[in-house]
Amino acid sequence: MIRFSNVTKRFDNGTEALKDISFQVKKSEFLFLTGHSGAGKSTILSLISAHETPTEGEVRISGLRLQQLKSKDVPRLRRKLGIVFQDFRLLENRTAAENVAFALEVTGARTDTIPGKVMRVLTQVGLASKARAFPQQLSGGEQQRVAIARALVNDPPIFLADEPTGNLDERAARSVFKLLRHIHAGGTSVIMATHNLDLVRRHEYRTVELKQGELVYDSAYDSVEELDPA
Amino acid sequence: MSLVTREAMRSFRRAPLLSTLSVAAIAFSLFTIGLYGLVSINFSQALTGLEERVEVVAFLMRGTPAETVALASEDIAAFPEVLDVRYVSQDEALRRAKEELVEFREAYAELQTNPLPASFEIRLKPGYRRSEQAAAVADRLSGFPFIDDVRFGQDWVVRLDRLRNLATAVQLIIGLAFAVVAVAIIGVTIRITVFQRAEEIAIMRLVGATNGFIRGPFVLEGVMKGALGGVAALALCRIAYVLFRAGIGEQLQDLRFFDTSHMALMLLFGMLIGLLGSLLSVGRHLRRV
Repeated sequence: MIRFSNVTKRFDNGTEALKDISFQVKKSEFLFLTGHSGAGKSTILSLISAHETPTEGEVRISGLRLQQLKSKDVPRLRRKLGIVFQDFRLLENRTAAENVAFALEVTGARTDTIPGKVMRVLTQVGLASKARAFPQQLSGGEQQRVAIARALVNDPPIFLADEPTGNLDERAARSVFKLLRHIHAGGTSVIMATHNLDLVRRHEYRTVELKQGELVYDSAYDSVEELDPA
Repeated sequence: MSLVTREAMRSFRRAPLLSTLSVAAIAFSLFTIGLYGLVSINFSQALTGLEERVEVVAFLMRGTPAETVALASEDIAAFPEVLDVRYVSQDEALRRAKEELVEFREAYAELQTNPLPASFEIRLKPGYRRSEQAAAVADRLSGFPFIDDVRFGQDWVVRLDRLRNLATAVQLIIGLAFAVVAVAIIGVTIRITVFQRAEEIAIMRLVGATNGFIRGPFVLEGVMKGALGGVAALALCRIAYVLFRAGIGEQLQDLRFFDTSHMALMLLFGMLIGLLGSLLSVGRHLRRV
């Protein structure tokens, strides 16, 4: 479904964030992306969401070469992706329901279908009772679940999570991760970038580890014991 | 209410002070343009008044038969440039001279014969009052065998042409300069709003909003601010006009205010520069993020 072929990403300041990376993610697969800060995890997610383009090599999603994508087609690609970040990125002046509805409104969804879809995903993430709460009235875990609901509301086949548990305590992190597993169980491909090696070790999902922009480990080919414990 | 309208209204409600300042900035920019416009239309009106005085006078040879005069009068009236033709007989010319040149009244009284020739006084249609057009009419009149001389105050008409050209150039340059300043001010106020909502724009992009969709509320906001600024500017212009007229009393009774089409034009202009300012600001931001 997602294929990276010899991808190098060099930024304007000369930093090489990714060096000749190749891997693929199958449909309905759950993939952990691990590595230290600056290893290139977020760059991989940015390339998939077309926020960045590769300097060399190519990225394909369902056969579509992203470099060939016209700028007017990028929004259509992003509607097929659900994306969440460590810092939630919610609109502070909107309620949880309005934040979720926003993702439907900007994609031109029919107005009469919006409330039903919003309540469905808020129920799915366990926040139906907090639909009218503003982000500052919610805990970190709840805010991340609103962000997940927003990412899910357009039924994306691919879900990208960039350190989704990074700002959460352990209990909230477990709850959010459980939600991601639930999303995966529904047939969605999930790519989760994380520092949290305990979380990675506890689950038997495929793991790709990056180190200074290089792919140093892929559990699809090596044993999990070779993961860098640092 | 559509999402675009709702978002534009939300922006007004969310930052009322910034919105008020934006509208005030636009209003004062347009007010400056409006004041200049008032001066400009009154100056143009004064020039038009002067233009109406452009006249070609064709002096007839003595003894031109009355039927020739009548036929020539009809021919000249058929010229495309000619508004009307008036025949001034020798007697009328003398009577006018006595009335207008009082200091020569005694000299005229002693005349044995009338020395003044009969003439055609020809007024030109609006749009045909430039020196070259008056000269073309004069040339054609000189072709009539019974026309002795043709005058149209060439120097005066040429000077009027220069004045008109200068006024047009000054109006264009200053008007354009004011418009650019107004666009820049609107652009800056919209940019402040854009920066204030940078996070929202980033989230819009994240969830797949098109650039056109993101621009929508900002463009509408710019147009609304331009329209509100235009209304406020018209009100300020009216106040300035009334105060000015009250101050100068009876001296300049011909002064006029904008007519409906001018006011509509100013509102449209406000909306247009609001549109331009917001398109430029949002476009620049979207290219950067």
